[in-house]
Order: sequence, then structure tokens, then C-alpha cells
Amino acid sequence: MSTLVFLEHHGGAIQKGSLGVLARALAVGGDVAGVVVGHGVAEVAASAGAFGVATVYTVDGPDFEAPLPQPRVDALEAVAAASGAENILFAASVLSADIAAGLAARLDAGLNWDVTDIAIDGGKLTARRPALGDTVLVTVGWTSTPRIALVRSGSFEPVETGGTAAVHDVAVTPREFSTAARMVDQAHEEASGPSIEDADVIVAGGRGLGTPEGFRLAEELAAALGGAVAATRAVVDAGWYPYSTQVGQTGKSVSPKLYIALGISGAIQHKVGMQSSGTIVAINKDANAPIFDFADFGVVGDLNAVAPKLADLVRARKG
Amino acid sequence: MKIAVCVKQVPDTGPARKLDPVTNRLDRSGEGALNATDVNAVEEALRIKEAHGGEVVVVSFGPTRALDSLRKALAMGADRAVLISDEAAAGSDLVATSYALAKGLERESADLVLFGQQASDSDGAVLWAAVAERLRRPLVSQVAGLEIDGASVTGKRQTEFGYDVISAPLPAVVAVSDAINEPRYPSLKGIMGAKSKPTETLSLADIGAEADRVGASGSRTTVLELAPPPAKGDQIKIEDDGSAAEQLVEWLAGRKLL
Repeated sequence: MSTLVFLEHHGGAIQKGSLGVLARALAVGGDVAGVVVGHGVAEVAASAGAFGVATVYTVDGPDFEAPLPQPRVDALEAVAAASGAENILFAASVLSADIAAGLAARLDAGLNWDVTDIAIDGGKLTARRPALGDTVLVTVGWTSTPRIALVRSGSFEPVETGGTAAVHDVAVTPREFSTAARMVDQAHEEASGPSIEDADVIVAGGRGLGTPEGFRLAEELAAALGGAVAATRAVVDAGWYPYSTQVGQTGKSVSPKLYIALGISGAIQHKVGMQSSGTIVAINKDANAPIFDFADFGVVGDLNAVAPKLADLVRARKG
Repeated sequence: MKIAVCVKQVPDTGPARKLDPVTNRLDRSGEGALNATDVNAVEEALRIKEAHGGEVVVVSFGPTRALDSLRKALAMGADRAVLISDEAAAGSDLVATSYALAKGLERESADLVLFGQQASDSDGAVLWAAVAERLRRPLVSQVAGLEIDGASVTGKRQTEFGYDVISAPLPAVVAVSDAINEPRYPSLKGIMGAKSKPTETLSLADIGAEADRVGASGSRTTVLELAPPPAKGDQIKIEDDGSAAEQLVEWLAGRKLL
């Protein structure tokens, strides 16, 4: 069985989520190769060798410079044909979701999304995905090859094994409609503080904090717990907190040991970025907020009363 | 400007959604509603029409009863509704759905095809990319701000790394995020008027779709087994009576999280 793992990269580094999927694919077995698409990516591709993959395909050229999905569908179609891959795996992201679905339509191939684990059963790939608000765990399969899967963020950790990868370049000319959309501008903020993706404890704030100044409550509690501060899309869009701290579908995916949500309703777009956290605590004045459906410990109450007291008690206990 | 908005009827049962134990498909027997984030796409289409003129048509693929939910879009101000519905279409997965929807959209030849952010029943957030591929049109997704100037669209969007601005010539496919606008409520006049707006229900034959590429025979994914999720442990929810912070700290300490 042969598997391709799409290795998404940003700023010269392969994304942690892609490396996690690669680690899982290698553990499951069969022939595993990586794919890196971009402009001047030979070095990035070779860097995947340290994570245990021996073969990495590249599709390289100016048409693939901007992180847009449609040229990457052309690239993956060509690599899938060249390698004879039966399985094509992606770590979920804004970019990868669009590539995976475009590729599924191009190849008339099955796509299973929100996958949290993969296995080989009778020589065939199967996958698991939670469904219906995580109330049921579904084992899914494919009825033809290639089998395409989008893996839920935070499902697997990268495993650094050491090693080197042979890089094979595949020449691809994108289709005309694939290059019709153009990246006009990218405003990418680099994080200033420690990355929320590596924090063991995260205190996240949403609209319920009331004002940008309300984030002091989150910062104070995070400081007491030795954690990092994160934010929802709504408050980042409103300019209350920096982009680099955003958790959710269009932000970071995090899986700390403890996630404390202050004034966050828990909309699906936020949930997808933090649902693999070890323990989820929610404090919200709205007893009907969806976050209480998946919080381990929920407090219905006033943040301005509960959060400072919580910070005091944590400090006292830590002495 | 002709705008087609792809919308879906989803079960209006909130967390009580369940799977049919025989077919392993979603039980759609209860009340239906227009998928919440599709309403943002309808709203955006109406705003574009108000600024640039044209027509807004809502297009859906689903059981005949989905027409009830399409009326909400008509009540908001959409001009007409097209429902692709066929008994042979039940159980369609992404490849099958994108094929049928693209066939229906080809018939409309819209300048702009809009999608909402995510289906609340399947949690799917990918259909637009498959449909753009089938239509061979440029795609801009996760758009939180959209501008149209005659021959092109420009979308501002969020990714994991910051803001992108992407431009594409029309005709194009655009998926909007729910951050793009605050949808209007249908007015009483809109609700009354919706009853007399044109709706069409089309079979797979009507749209020229090959029957074996839709439904279970056109699908490439399958459900093998259902199981309860791993136990998450007991969930605790308390109202703050002044002691919530103490209770929470004790609980965190008990789980060695401090």
C-alpha cells in the first residue's frame, strides 16, 4: 500500500500538523512519501527526512509560489499519477481542505474529513471520525482508490527520527483556470510572545470579556497558571488582541493540557481549533452557550467576579 | 450580475441529531432549517444585487422537503429557488454531491457562485472547492470581505497565518465566512412575497446528470461501523454562587492541572 502525505509549509518550515500526519502514516505502514509544492522548495522537502520519510516529491515553480489551492490540485494529480499512490493524506488547514476537496473532484475520489485516526484493515485504509458533535465515532472507508483524507488538527504529534529524504521533482504545468485566482496581498503577522501551539495551559478570551481591556483578566489568570493567552476570531477581527493568538478554523489549532475559555460561546469555528485540548474549562454568563456542551468543567457566572478570584486562588496555592 | 447561492437544509434538532441505525445515514425525519452559515451567503448575494443589480437564485441539492428551507432565502429577498431532488440521489457523498450540484449550476451559468462556511449536520467545509473544480472556475474561500468590480471579485480572508487578499476573474466561486456580514431577518412582506416567488424542482435527468454518478453508486466513501465516542468523563456545570472559583481550583488540583 502506498501513501502520499501533503506537507504544507510556511516560512520555510513544514507545518506541525503535516508532520504529525506523516508520523502516523509511517507508523501505520506501507510505502510512505511526502509531497511539497511551492517555489524553491527543495530544501524544505529535504528537511522532511528528519521525520522518517525516505522519499519526498516536489512540484516547484513560480505558479506554485502563493499558497493557493487550485494549482496544488494540478500538482497533486501529477504526483499521484507518478507515484501510483493509493492514499493521499492531508492535515486540515484552510489551504489543505480546499486542495483535498478539489483533488477529490478531479480524480472522482472519495474524501473523508475530520479524521482523527487511520488504520489498515485487510490491506485497505480505514479511518475514524467523530460525528454529530462528537456524539458518535464513525469508522469510515473508501470504495475506490485513491483514498483521500483530511485529518483533524492536533490528532497526531510529529516524531523526529533523523534521516534523509531523496527529493524527486515532478514537472507540472497548471491548468488555465487553476491560475486564474491571484494572491494580491498577504499580511502575515509573526507571533511576538511564546507560541500558543506549544503552551501546556491556555487562557482564551472571547467577546464576553466585553472590551479590549477585559483581556487583562485573561492575562492575569494566564500569568498565575504559567500559561499563554489566546483569542477568538471575533475579538481578533475587532482588533482587541493580536492575530497570532487566534484559535479556530481560520486560526491556530491547539491541544494544551488545560484550556480555559473566558466569555467564549463555543461556535463550531472556534471548537475545531481547541477540541483536542486535554481538559476544557468554560466560564460564561450565558448558561445556553454551546461551549458548555463540550467543556469538562463549566461555570455559569460573571467573569469579572470569577476570573480574578480564580487567579488569586491559583497564586495562593502555587505559593 | 447573476448570483447563485448554494444552500442546504439541515436538521433543526440541535444536539439531538442522530443516525438512522439501518442506513447509517443522518436521520432527516425531523424539522428542517436553512443551514445557519448559508444565511450569510444569501445575505452577501442580496447586498451585491442591491449594489450592482442582477438576480439572486438559491440552488440546493436534497430531499423535496428542502423547499421549505429555501423559502427562508426567498423571504430574505432571493428571486427564485432551484432544488435538485431525486430519490436516486440519497446518500451522496462529496464527489457525488459536487457532481450533481455542478450540473445544476451549469444550467444557471451564474457570474458568481456563493457558498456558506460550514454545514452544521456533516461539519463539512469543503464542498465549494469540489464544485469550483467541477465548474473549472477560480475559487476564493473563507472570505470575510468581498468586493466586486465588474469583471472580477476580490476577497479578503483569514488563514492560520494572517490576512490574504485574493482576486479572481468572473465567473468565480466564492465561499464566505460567517464573519462577512450580519444577515437580515425576513420582513413580514418578504415572508408573504416568498410564497409567490418561482421555485423549480429538478430531477437528475432534468439537469443532465448521469444517475450512476450520484447517490450511493456515485459515492466513493462508506460508513463501516458506528461506536460510542471514548468516554470523556463526567461533565460538571455549576452556577456561580460565590464559590465557583474555589470549586474549580479544587477540581483542577484534584486532576493535577495546577
